Amino acid sequence: MAHAAVMQPPPKREVGADVYNEKLGMWVFLGSEVMFFTALIGSYIILRFGNPDAWTAPGAILNIPITAVNTFLLICSSMTMVKAFAAAQDGDQQRLKLYLVATVLIGATFVGVQAYEYTQLVHHGFVPSGYLVGGELAERAAAGELPASVGIYGSTFYTMTGFHGFHVTMGVLCMIFVTWKAFRGKYTATDHRGVEVIGLYWHFVDLVWIILFTIVYLI
Amino acid sequence: MTEAAQHKRPNYMGIWVGLAALTLVELGVAFLPWSKQVIILLLVGLAVWKALMVALYFMHLRFEGNRMRIFAIAPLPLTVIIVIAVLTEYVW
Repeated sequence: MAHAAVMQPPPKREVGADVYNEKLGMWVFLGSEVMFFTALIGSYIILRFGNPDAWTAPGAILNIPITAVNTFLLICSSMTMVKAFAAAQDGDQQRLKLYLVATVLIGATFVGVQAYEYTQLVHHGFVPSGYLVGGELAERAAAGELPASVGIYGSTFYTMTGFHGFHVTMGVLCMIFVTWKAFRGKYTATDHRGVEVIGLYWHFVDLVWIILFTIVYLI
Repeated sequence: MTEAAQHKRPNYMGIWVGLAALTLVELGVAFLPWSKQVIILLLVGLAVWKALMVALYFMHLRFEGNRMRIFAIAPLPLTVIIVIAVLTEYVW
């Protein structure tokens, strides 16, 4: 009996997700990120639905032109990232390095513009707790031009855009590492997993910003 | 060679132009003198369209197998569940 069992053919191997481990790991991570941002966006929608008077019309407090430029920058960085991936597939080291450096620079510019936006908002008196006492926006609110209290607006705005900015910053740091490896010739036409995996993260960050730009700035 | 390399390469520049153009359309729609509900519907539709373009072509989900696609969209129903579940507090 035992001999017969030994002669049995081995069980058929389970077919996995048909991707390499790093990529599968990144998708698992991105799945958790979807849930993270879902919680933030869901909470935002619910708070806004329940407190419609605490929000202003688009552009009344937030600077839409500068954020629109930042949105365009992030879209450009996604394009340079995917071009870097295509260059890696082709084994074109020069274009790979060029596009990765461009992605790093554009990503860093996005973070810089967001920091500038925050300083301008604070300068005008819009902080996470609402209006800054004695600030320009507080005076406009007192004159009836803006809602009397925007504490919940400020806290949700800074929480959502702040977490996204943190993700972009982490992406830029990881991208610098990938770029450094690219300059050392670590990526080839047959093995460029690092470029593809960081690219997935970068595009996801872009995708989240597309949603945030619409619901936080334009609606 | 990775999985995404085994398909015909999308027109990345065309997708980039499309995303930029849709962003401009969004900016125009946001300030139209229409009803708030119509503008919200249009803006959400445009945002979803842009997000799909990024996911399908830049993240190459269009060219992945069904398992990866299911894996990628699996967390999305949670969005609907969390919003509907908590919105009930305001509805009832």
